[in-house]
Amino acid sequence: MESKSGNSYFRYVDWFTVVIYLLLVIAGVFSVYAASYDFDNANILDFDEFSGKQVRWIFFALGLALMLLLIDARMYETYAFPVYVAVLIIMVVTIFVAPDIKGSRSWLVFGPLRFQPAEFGKFATALALAKLFSAYGFKLNDSVSNYLRALAIIIIPIILILAQKETGSALAYLALFFVLYREGMSGLTLLAALLAVVIFVLAIKYSTPLLMGIPLGQALVYMIVMGLIVAMLLFYARRMLLARNVMIWFAGTALIATVSHFCGYTVNGTVYFGVTIGIACIYMLLNAIKGPAHKLVVTSCAAVLSIAFLFSVNYAFTSVLQPHQQQRIKVTLGLEEDLLNAGYNVNQSKIAIGSGGFTGKGYLNGTQTKLKYVPEQHTDFIFCTIGEEKGFVGSTAVLLLFLAMILRIMHIAERQPTTFARVYAYSVASYLIFHIAVNIGMVIGLCPVIGIPLPFFSYGGSSLWSFTILLFILLRIDAARRSHHNY
Amino acid sequence: MRKDYKLEKRKYVIASFIIIIVAIYIVRLFNLQVMDSRYKDSADSNAFLKKAIYPSRGIIYDRNGKVVVYNQPAYDVMMIPRDVTPFDTLDFCRTIDITPEQLRKRFADMKDRRLNPGYSSYTPQKLITHLSAEDYGRLQEKMYRYPGFFIQKRILREYGYTAAANVLGNIREVSKTDIDRDPYYASGDYTGDLGIERSYEPYLRGQKGAEILIRDARGQIQGRYENGAHDRPAISGRNLKMSIDIELQQYAESLMVNKIGAVVAIEPSTGEILALVSSPTYDPSLLVGRKRGENYKTLVADKLKPLFDRALMGAYPPGSTFKPANGLILLEENIIQPTTTYPCYHGFINGGLKVGCHGHGSPLPLLPALQTSCNAYFCWGLKGMIDNRRSKYGSAAEAFEVWKRHLVELGYGYRLGVDLPGESRGFIPNAAFYNKVYGENRWSANTIISVAIGQGEILATPLQIANLCATIANRGWFITPHVVKEIEDTVMPAETVERHTPDIRREHFMSVAEGMRMAVTGGTCHLANLPDIEVAGKTGTAQNPHGKDHSAFIGFAPYNDPKIAVCVYVENAGYGATYGVPIGSLVIEKYLKGRIADNRKYLEERMLTSNTIIYSGVKKW
Repeated sequence: MESKSGNSYFRYVDWFTVVIYLLLVIAGVFSVYAASYDFDNANILDFDEFSGKQVRWIFFALGLALMLLLIDARMYETYAFPVYVAVLIIMVVTIFVAPDIKGSRSWLVFGPLRFQPAEFGKFATALALAKLFSAYGFKLNDSVSNYLRALAIIIIPIILILAQKETGSALAYLALFFVLYREGMSGLTLLAALLAVVIFVLAIKYSTPLLMGIPLGQALVYMIVMGLIVAMLLFYARRMLLARNVMIWFAGTALIATVSHFCGYTVNGTVYFGVTIGIACIYMLLNAIKGPAHKLVVTSCAAVLSIAFLFSVNYAFTSVLQPHQQQRIKVTLGLEEDLLNAGYNVNQSKIAIGSGGFTGKGYLNGTQTKLKYVPEQHTDFIFCTIGEEKGFVGSTAVLLLFLAMILRIMHIAERQPTTFARVYAYSVASYLIFHIAVNIGMVIGLCPVIGIPLPFFSYGGSSLWSFTILLFILLRIDAARRSHHNY
Repeated sequence: MRKDYKLEKRKYVIASFIIIIVAIYIVRLFNLQVMDSRYKDSADSNAFLKKAIYPSRGIIYDRNGKVVVYNQPAYDVMMIPRDVTPFDTLDFCRTIDITPEQLRKRFADMKDRRLNPGYSSYTPQKLITHLSAEDYGRLQEKMYRYPGFFIQKRILREYGYTAAANVLGNIREVSKTDIDRDPYYASGDYTGDLGIERSYEPYLRGQKGAEILIRDARGQIQGRYENGAHDRPAISGRNLKMSIDIELQQYAESLMVNKIGAVVAIEPSTGEILALVSSPTYDPSLLVGRKRGENYKTLVADKLKPLFDRALMGAYPPGSTFKPANGLILLEENIIQPTTTYPCYHGFINGGLKVGCHGHGSPLPLLPALQTSCNAYFCWGLKGMIDNRRSKYGSAAEAFEVWKRHLVELGYGYRLGVDLPGESRGFIPNAAFYNKVYGENRWSANTIISVAIGQGEILATPLQIANLCATIANRGWFITPHVVKEIEDTVMPAETVERHTPDIRREHFMSVAEGMRMAVTGGTCHLANLPDIEVAGKTGTAQNPHGKDHSAFIGFAPYNDPKIAVCVYVENAGYGATYGVPIGSLVIEKYLKGRIADNRKYLEERMLTSNTIIYSGVKKW
């Protein structure tokens, strides 16, 4: 660090991000200490306590960060693929050698140390993805094979982690779709994902009240599909006349169905919506024969696929998901209030956070977290401690710190001269977005419980190191941008 | 390096995405933490174990300061299921003297969320209730062998006398309804059931104290919250002094053994109830402790209905004990003078109707009519009031309404407002009732003539009848009867001293009282003619469609300075003179003299040994 001549890029390190990082990590230690605080034994640095261990890991992490800053930035690009492959191999090995810890086989144990390869797969995958995009002339939309290569880089680690039975960590890799979007993947893909989530939620949540003889949720999905067709005709295919006709058709049939309902004859919902939407699709396809076809066909397909998805939701929910996952989703959707089992964590964590009030109970004064009402409170549910002891002010501050870090990373990403650096930076931002949205979402009861840690806060070395590595590689690459000699 | 500006715009989409999510989360946090106070309460009940400290319940004394109800400690075996490790079940059962089957059943019941909605394996659960002191002692020694178990001290009732169960009531564990109605109660608390325990519950129960302990998610106590700064000591319940004379009560109950009915004795000058007997009765200690549920079930199933307090819930035809009341009204309404005579040729014979009577001279004025309990006299009187065409009332219905209003003033037809739960209002018909039954203007005195002699539709509780007797004893006023005389550190409510004065002149009461005195000295109640106490009384023999006549008696003594007014009502026991008068006079004698004169011991003996249940038609066995 002292050798200014050799490492002059040090002053180009984005200290803003480093400061946020340090704030979060330090707040993290205090939270872990508070979460595992024992009335009898109160020493934040006691290495037998979680907080003490966390402090040790933070020092390791800082050492690691320094090392990463010392490595030549070009090395990351050069060794991106070898690192990726090496991590994949470790993951495969993990599946076979890892001991069973709480049902998952994702931990590698070396004596007193244990770590999760899935966490370290994050930076490797990000590097590999960045390397792929940085190839000369690579454009995502140029060929299907480009898409497939990008997808393969993301999906291979997901499969390996699923094999380790770590669903939560695996899902975190899906965040990289944000990167694909930034690099040219059609926005419709994200909309389709959003639509899928909406259909899923409606179909599962509103299965009881009946409308026209079918579950309300189904009826709502049909209505959304109708809206989707009209919207796509208007804004995507830009066929105003068609849009108008289809709209009139939908409105007219809806009116007839309503009137006949009040006259005592209720049309069966499946028949009504099936016929109405079917005829609209046929109408569009007929028009496709006459004129520019592509976008009308896509619109029809979107409608049909949505309905097909609707009917597969129930199957997927009951057959693909495991019972405990179904429970968690039902609890989140408010369908079940299983306070003693699946809903216990979330209910207790809501109680802990809710009892914090505006300014909180004060540091170490939290009763819920202190008395261990919230399971996993020092790891996945660490946000409870902040909510209870620091109140609305504290938890909002933490959220805003994370938001600042993410926006700062995106800002860094956009100022990168190389595709490699930009894609890598967006990967880091995406992981953070996913982790924060899901982790805090589950703690406050807006997301199903998915066991992933809160970056920098949650107790545990793997997660802390993983995000430290992700972040400091980015900072090293960013620093190199401005010191030309090093790049 | 090429830059795709179209794609660069997408950073705004991604940035908005995370900004919107953060915004939603902040709103959610605001709702959870600032708007919604529910979670704060949940947190408190989660982390703080408010351990109730039970106050000792008020002690109940009788009017002479004898301890009637007091407290005894009882012990409940509690357990925190989570902390229980496998233990020697057989030894456990032997120690507290239950069978392994019972223990298994208790475990099953405890875990059954329908029976025990508050079940949680983390919190203390009640396993066995009401250990005796010996069982407690044995178990306490072995407690170290049973981790997860502990013993909680509770307070149960103990009774000094096997009497007055209907007056005292008992205590039971609160039901869900109690908890919903009164936030004071928590599951497992006790509350009064029936009797004084119920009606004076707010005084007797005292104020629970609380100590606030901090506990963790496993239900383990971590210490006192802020060193007990927020703890509250329990405030003991207030002691009560009843107006009941427990020895008189016990004596009256013994006279009523093997009889169905009631005895009510009131001190006329104060309205204080001296004895309130309902027979058959039960031992109040049956409803204490572990056997309570079983015994309660037996009592409920008993065909003689021991839990039914006949003294104030039973509505009976008052029969001839009603004649003084009717006489009072006729006098006040100026239908008769004390000198007015009516003929009686073995009954009231008019318009093809005959109400029989017994042999006595004819015609008679009012006092001899009361003395001999002449049916005809009071029938003629009522007829004179209701059927008189030139009367001031205008119609039979109007006349009847006036008659009825006087009865209500005398305490009939509505609840008197005694300080015990479950009082019945009896029944006094009004004109509308007869209009409905017979049609408007389709009825006259003859139609309803049996009400003149306390039969027909008229129903009254023994308490109401006794209260009427007290009113006559006072010569024209009464104080609402009550069983509690004093509450420790509390001023008694105004109702216990307020005089009610029916709208009937004192001179009429004097006449009626004199008639009742004559009934004792030379009439139907001559068995009550005590040598050194001037008793006034009136028998009643109430016909009832279900079987043998009910035997009734009202009386008060001493005649010029009444200290006690009594009503005796024995179901299916025949003439008023056979059971009513002996029991009534013995109660009066016992209360005023403290003992029964030797020449009346035979009467006492007869009452103590006789059995009239056999006439009741209730086949118990």
